[in-house]
Order: sequence, then C-alpha cells, then structure tokens
Amino acid sequence: MPLFDSLYNFAGWLTGNREEAEDLVQETYLKALKGFSSFQQGTNFRAWIFRILRNAFLTSRTGLKATRTVPLESDDEETAVASATMDTPESILLGRASQEAIQAALGKLPVIFREVLLLSDVEEMSYQEISETVSIPIGTVMSRLYRARRAMREDLQGASNG
Amino acid sequence: MASDIWQPKIDRYVDAELSEEEMRAMDAHLHECSSCAAEALRRMRLKHDTKLAARRYAPSPQFRRRIEGQVMAGQVIADRVGARRTVTWRWAAPLLAAAVMVLLVAGIMLSRSSEHARSQQLLSELTDIHVANLAASTPVDVMSSDRHTVKPWFQGKVPFTFNLPELEASPFTLVGGRLAYLDHEPGAHLIYNIGAHHISVFVFRDQPNLAHVFSARESSRDVLKFHVESWSAHELRYFVVGDASDESIHALTSMWKQAGNN
Repeated sequence: MPLFDSLYNFAGWLTGNREEAEDLVQETYLKALKGFSSFQQGTNFRAWIFRILRNAFLTSRTGLKATRTVPLESDDEETAVASATMDTPESILLGRASQEAIQAALGKLPVIFREVLLLSDVEEMSYQEISETVSIPIGTVMSRLYRARRAMREDLQGASNG
Repeated sequence: MASDIWQPKIDRYVDAELSEEEMRAMDAHLHECSSCAAEALRRMRLKHDTKLAARRYAPSPQFRRRIEGQVMAGQVIADRVGARRTVTWRWAAPLLAAAVMVLLVAGIMLSRSSEHARSQQLLSELTDIHVANLAASTPVDVMSSDRHTVKPWFQGKVPFTFNLPELEASPFTLVGGRLAYLDHEPGAHLIYNIGAHHISVFVFRDQPNLAHVFSARESSRDVLKFHVESWSAHELRYFVVGDASDESIHALTSMWKQAGNN
C-alpha cells in the first residue's frame, strides 16, 4: 500500500489519537480512489495523497479545533535570522534530547508548524514538495520550519535545564 | 560579522536546499567558523533525532488488512467517518480497477523511493558518526597506531573478526578504534589520519539492510560532501567515509580490500 505507514504516522501526529488517525487514513484512501482522476500522472503522487489527508484533517472536528489555536508567532513570509549559540561540540553531543522529550516538544507545536516539521524531517520532503502539500509559498515553508525548530530547541533546552 | 551572512542559511544547508554553489561556499565556511559549525552540527542532530522520535504511530495489522482489503476489492466502507454510510462502487468497477493500478504503480515507485531514502538515512548516520567523532573529546576507545594492538581490542565486542591493512610506506596513520552502532548492530570503527584529514572505516556484518545501501553497480557516493566507498566481502560490509580527496579514500579502500582477502 503506497505510503500507508507514513500516512498513518502523519495522521497520528495531526490528531494525537489512534482511532481518529485510522478514520483519517481510511478517508484519505477513499478520497484518493474517488478522486484519482484529479491526479495528473507525472506530478508528485506523495504530495497529492498527503494533501488529501491534510485537507481531510482540516475539515474534521479535531482539525478545525487545532487550527483555531494561536500560532507561535505571526506567519509572515520573512525567514527570521537565527541566533548563534556558543555550544561546544562536547555540549552538543552530551546535550542530545531524549526521544520522549522530542515527542513531547513536537506534540506541543501548533499544528501548522508541526506538519511542516514532520513533512521535512520525517518524510524528507523538499521545500517544494511541502509547499505543494500544504498549499503555501516556499517562503512560508521556510518561515514555519524555522519557527518550529526554534520552538523545539527552546522547549528541549528548557526541559534539560528544568 | 561574517556569521551573520551564514547563520540564516544553516537550516537550508541541513535540509540540502542550498544550490550547489552555496553548498560549496557553506562547506568552506564551516571549516573556518567553529560557531557556525557547532550550530550546523546541533541542527543536524536535532533533525536526525526528530526523524527517529517522530516515527511514533504505527498502524495495527488488523487496520492494515482492513484497508488493504477495501482498496483491493475496490469497495470502501466509510462507516466510521461522517455519516456512517456504506458506499459500494460496483458501477465504477473499471474506474476503480484503474485507480487501484495507479495506486499500485505509485506504490512500487514509492517503495523504491523509500528504499533509497532508507539507504540515504543509513549513509547519513555513518557520516553523522564520523562528524560526531571528530568533535568528541575522546575520539577512540583504543588509541594505537599498531594494528596488532587495535584488532585484538575488538575481540568479544563485535560478532566477527577482520583484518586491518599494513600501513607501512603509505601516507595513512592509524589513530585507533572504537565501537559503533548502525541500525542497532555493533560494528568496528577505525579512524585514520592523512595530512589534516580524518577518514573513518566502518566494518559491520553484512545484513540485508546494509546490502541495499549501495546498488550493485555502485561502489561510492557523496553524502553531505563526504565521500563514501563501500563493498562487501566474506559476509562483512565495509564503509570508508571522509572529506579527504577521493583518491586518498580510494587508496585506503584498496588497502582494506587487500587485507580482507588475506
């Protein structure tokens, strides 16, 4: 089954709930079969089917509720400038976050940031693919990725200090 | 500040989204700027760790079978979603058959693509170990330029034995060795110097997951600007990783291949 595990994992992270994730994946395959004529061969199948899942999520009760939450910051096109940190290589190696801490930090991200981070880091999509999947400009992909990662780093830093 | 120009590009560097020219320029900068190099390493680590940690939700076998059955039968039951209605598309059988074919063909293409992604991930892990090792305060567990000291150290620590090449009259120096893990498998990690460059040689049991890292026709690849050579012999899989010249890495590879056949 094409992308079954990836779609399920993505659905799990969007909904935070296995039962809803199953509904979402089932609905995605239903819509993919029903609307396969809208898929143009030669175009990106992965972006197409992930977009179906995402759109199904956004129209679900959980999706509507999730997208009403306040984002980290205003979602402008500007890619913010990163601030340099003066970690040493040793502190970087010693300071690796635990799997649980990363999962917790990821779970705290607003869904519009979580989804781009998952598509980039887990699905290894290019910025162009993410842009097609989420239907946002590449500049916004970069901006959201930057903010998502910064929030993750701050959360993990706080967890390791606290 | 020179770093002000480079820092905003680090995410795109880590995501391999810079142009080739920018990648080369960034590589050169990272060799000179410890602040940016540390930041790039930190972000690579977080990206890698996020990838591993975020594979959290796996479908149950029952759910997988159910969806497979529904897709293959061309019949989708939308009972849990929305209005709990059942939709049977008998009228659309030819259409659905074509749809299933599209999905299956896409599936085959994607399975190849995911195999490629998996092999890229393993190669990235190797370069990650190589880079992390360069930054470590104790890069080796056994420090010796004598192969007769280094080889016995691995006995009982890795589930195989291997030969190290004789380096006499070669430009390489053996720094030492340490244990490495790839896909939860223990292996030997040998570190060599040539000039100012470090080269890592990894030896693992040749498992099916490693056999697919390089295609049958392929013996080398460039990963994040590191040159990687790989081969298999006597049920062992070898990887040579470094940023030294391709010729140097190939020369060390040849010496290892020769030692492995003795």
